[in-house]
Amino acid sequence: MTAPLVAIRHVSKTFSGHRALQDVSLDVLPGKVVCLIGGSGSGKTTLLRCVNQLTRPDTGGIWLDGELLGVRQAGDKLHRLTDREIARQRLKTGMVFQRFNLFPHMTALGNVMEGLVQVQKRGRALAEAEAQALLARVGLAEKAGNYPAQLSGGQQQRVAIARALAMKPKLMLFDEPTSALDPELVGEVLAVMRELARSGMTMIVVTHELAFAREVADHVVFMDRATIVEQGSAEQVLTAPRERRTQDFLSAVLG
Amino acid sequence: MMDARPGLAPGFPDISAIPVARRTYYGRWFAAAVIILVLLALARAFAHGQIAWGVVGTFLTVPVILTGLVNTLVMSVLAMALGTVLGVVAAVMRLSPNPVLSGSSAFYVWLFRGTPVILQLLLWFNLALVFPTIGIPGIWSGRAVDIMTPFLSALLGLGINQGAYTSEIVRAGILSVDAGQHEAAQAIGMGRIATLRRIILPQAMRVVIPPLGNEFISMIKTTSLASVIQYPEILHNAENIYYANSRVIELLIVAGFWYLVVVSILSPLQHLLERRFARGAQVHGR
Repeated sequence: MTAPLVAIRHVSKTFSGHRALQDVSLDVLPGKVVCLIGGSGSGKTTLLRCVNQLTRPDTGGIWLDGELLGVRQAGDKLHRLTDREIARQRLKTGMVFQRFNLFPHMTALGNVMEGLVQVQKRGRALAEAEAQALLARVGLAEKAGNYPAQLSGGQQQRVAIARALAMKPKLMLFDEPTSALDPELVGEVLAVMRELARSGMTMIVVTHELAFAREVADHVVFMDRATIVEQGSAEQVLTAPRERRTQDFLSAVLG
Repeated sequence: MMDARPGLAPGFPDISAIPVARRTYYGRWFAAAVIILVLLALARAFAHGQIAWGVVGTFLTVPVILTGLVNTLVMSVLAMALGTVLGVVAAVMRLSPNPVLSGSSAFYVWLFRGTPVILQLLLWFNLALVFPTIGIPGIWSGRAVDIMTPFLSALLGLGINQGAYTSEIVRAGILSVDAGQHEAAQAIGMGRIATLRRIILPQAMRVVIPPLGNEFISMIKTTSLASVIQYPEILHNAENIYYANSRVIELLIVAGFWYLVVVSILSPLQHLLERRFARGAQVHGR
């Protein structure tokens, strides 16, 4: 059996009295696409953010590429890692946000170059060539000089994907990447994600796009009220759900 | 009776060819007339008042006044620079999770915003009464009277006071940047300092520059308080002249003229700076 790239074990998280995750465990195998679905407040975004350490679990552990995230075990105690070590661990994951979060004061090219120059200390010329190639990969070679405000939502999200890819992550995390987009712009972002999945990238995608999940996901996880209710192949979870709560959710979403 | 034709209802003719008549704004004419009359009366009063305009003209460009002007500008720029550096540091400290850092920053702002600048200037200038000698133990030291010159006292007094105000402006600017920007920077592996320097502060600048420009204009005029500790800025020098020739009003007008000139030049400069930091923000409307 292949070792999972991501292993989530007994993760719980509470936000000021509100339980966001309750003893969640999950494996993500290398090269696979996992889609997290579920209603708002079900905990799927929190789970994704825990993998990128934007949120710290209260209890439980997450291993990425064999390495325990955020803490180190020494004797019978867990010790928090320093900001620098956490920043290093984050480099293995690329994060794409619902609201893009591009740097508005930098051009598309500048956004993609920023991590290469500031974090990986690549020379400007080299970084620029790499960034330009990544923008071409997401179909935005001509928009390199544009500021985010001059781009459509779909183009901004593609720049954000290129920015995340620049750090050569082993895992890509998508937090509802098309939820903030006008309907006619969703397709271009999903197309880039589809291409990425085909290239063998391991991906965890929080999404409401069930058609995309059905087409691209190797594994679909349905969450509700802070726990994983049901998981399995896209076919099984989306077409023949076993759990009552999954059935209710799907019929509510599909109408 | 119903119109049998399909389409729009009758009784609403096309008025697009009829010109719009000019309206007379009696209120506006009246208000304008009143103000012009008042201004004329003021001009007449000043023309007949006891002001020797020739003296104003003579002293406008004498070396002592121009030196004072230069000193005013030098002090404004240096004190503002010191205030900006202190302000950024204090704002970043204030937002730190470390309670000692945020607490000491809050104390700094409280202390220096809570006392008059003129009092602070006098304290710095009279520091020798508290510490006769100052320096770094074992390395270097000197007599406070020699070190606390009017220049250094004014710089410290004005700059440190300005830092307290600037820190609140910078803090507001930092808080105005979307939390998603922090997360996006973290997600590509940037550390706290790099995030602050590359992502947060440049965006905060857009919010910070207009009030900071305001503070700079305020600083130009506040340097006049340094006249009480003998710093030879323009008002101090103007005073020295009228102590000798008793042309009080004329020399105050000379100083006022130069303050106005400097402030008038600064406003367009501020506009340029705002444009520079608005990169990426307003590109849509252009």
